[in-house]
Amino acid sequence: MSDASEESRMRHDLRLAWLDLLMAARRRHLIAHLAWLDVRQRYRRSVLGPIWLTVSVAFQIGAMGLVYGELFHQDVSSYLPRLAFGLTMWGLISTMVADGCMCFIAAESFLKQEALPKSMFPARVVMRSLMVFAHNLVVLLAVIVIFLPLPGWGALLALPGLALIAINGMWIGLVVGLLCTRFRDLPPIVGSFMQVAFFLTPVIWVPEALHGKWWWLVSLNPFASFLSIVTDPLLNVPTPVSRWLFAVAVTLVGWTLAMLLFGRFRARITYWL
Amino acid sequence: MSRIELTDVVVDFPIYDGRSRSLRHRILGLGGGRIGASAGHNVVVHALRSISLSLADGDRLGLVGRNGAGKSTLLRVMAGIYEPIAGRIAVTGRLGSLTNVTMGMDMESSGYENIVVRGLMMGMSRRETLSHLTDIESFTELGDHLNLPLRTYSAGMLLRLGFAVSTSLEPEILIIDEMIAAGDRSFADKAAKRLDRLTSAAHILVVASHAPETLKRLCNKLALLRDGQLVEVGPVTEILQRYEAEG
Repeated sequence: MSDASEESRMRHDLRLAWLDLLMAARRRHLIAHLAWLDVRQRYRRSVLGPIWLTVSVAFQIGAMGLVYGELFHQDVSSYLPRLAFGLTMWGLISTMVADGCMCFIAAESFLKQEALPKSMFPARVVMRSLMVFAHNLVVLLAVIVIFLPLPGWGALLALPGLALIAINGMWIGLVVGLLCTRFRDLPPIVGSFMQVAFFLTPVIWVPEALHGKWWWLVSLNPFASFLSIVTDPLLNVPTPVSRWLFAVAVTLVGWTLAMLLFGRFRARITYWL
Repeated sequence: MSRIELTDVVVDFPIYDGRSRSLRHRILGLGGGRIGASAGHNVVVHALRSISLSLADGDRLGLVGRNGAGKSTLLRVMAGIYEPIAGRIAVTGRLGSLTNVTMGMDMESSGYENIVVRGLMMGMSRRETLSHLTDIESFTELGDHLNLPLRTYSAGMLLRLGFAVSTSLEPEILIIDEMIAAGDRSFADKAAKRLDRLTSAAHILVVASHAPETLKRLCNKLALLRDGQLVEVGPVTEILQRYEAEG
């Protein structure tokens, strides 16, 4: 194929990918409804229902806070809030990635029966993850009330941070969802990757404990930046501008990559299922 | 005015075995030929080979052909589920398909909840779906069962519900894959009546079926498919004879 027709084909693919996203946006009620059904599926036939999700997170934070606080010689009242915010944010990020892997595979019965916009399904994962994350708000609020001085208006800066994470969840879902549909041995690999990333990211440990060694583990780690833009405002510490810049750069690069990949292979998804 | 225009449409299905689905084999396979000759070769099924077809208002097309001839694939290409890997397809008109009426139903949700989801899936708004609710309720005759989760339904009840919702809209282009064999006698009669209303309201009808009576009743032309190729399009009786002669 000549360069010119290659280019026009790419432009055509990109236009269709963009159209797919627009159509998905038009179907946001359906996406929200499907996400809500997914969440409710977890409550079904359990007595505690939604409380169960909240209680388990509270227990996890409490137990880890005490044990790791002791291990890392941290003062509980300063360590526990960090851990609480870090763990819940990591929970959001890692479910978006892990569930993103399965977004198209899990939607096989829909995609093979009706002409639905493909990007509906990563969007469903993002929405579902946010809904599950919302169950933690009570715990986070309790942590703030017990351990922290009352937050000022600055805490609201956590919201754009959260929005940026959701925006990134969408491109990640498009990319890993597509790749995992084609290569079925990928989801466990992505799982192990996220496991390693968890330990390399300051979630259960604090960056100060490194005493300046391995500084790149924090400053060159995209996960660390995304955690920082949400948790710093809540902890009432200023977010370094570099964290925001890094997070925005990752967003732009990620979306470019996702659009190229999605444009090229969008139509193949139903064939791969 | 509705139209369906297919030009040289090709659909190939890649058949992936465990090896070609695996990224590990893919990467090892790039290293050299030692890993096994089959690593790089995917088996491909030619489901549709260069199909050209044009349908306009008033066309009632029946698709005949043996199992695996490509009838369902062709219907799915028309419905926009599979985008052809070569050739082009243009569809004008609101399209609805009755292929799997119980698709996407959530067993843990109630009948009412499923009606709303299905409606949204078909492109209706929540309000639009609710405006069809009385019609759906009376057609299914499920009464209070609609408040119960679907896992308590029998297969026949599921079918009633799915059929009622799927047929609540009158599409301009109607696509039907095999006439739905519907539950008990009284329901089968009702379903047939409802289907007749839908088929006569549609501008274009495309049906895949093995039943000669159905085809004679609904269609004004038939297309014979063989091994993914469009052998002939013509009058109903003529094509049926040819198909039956083929055996």
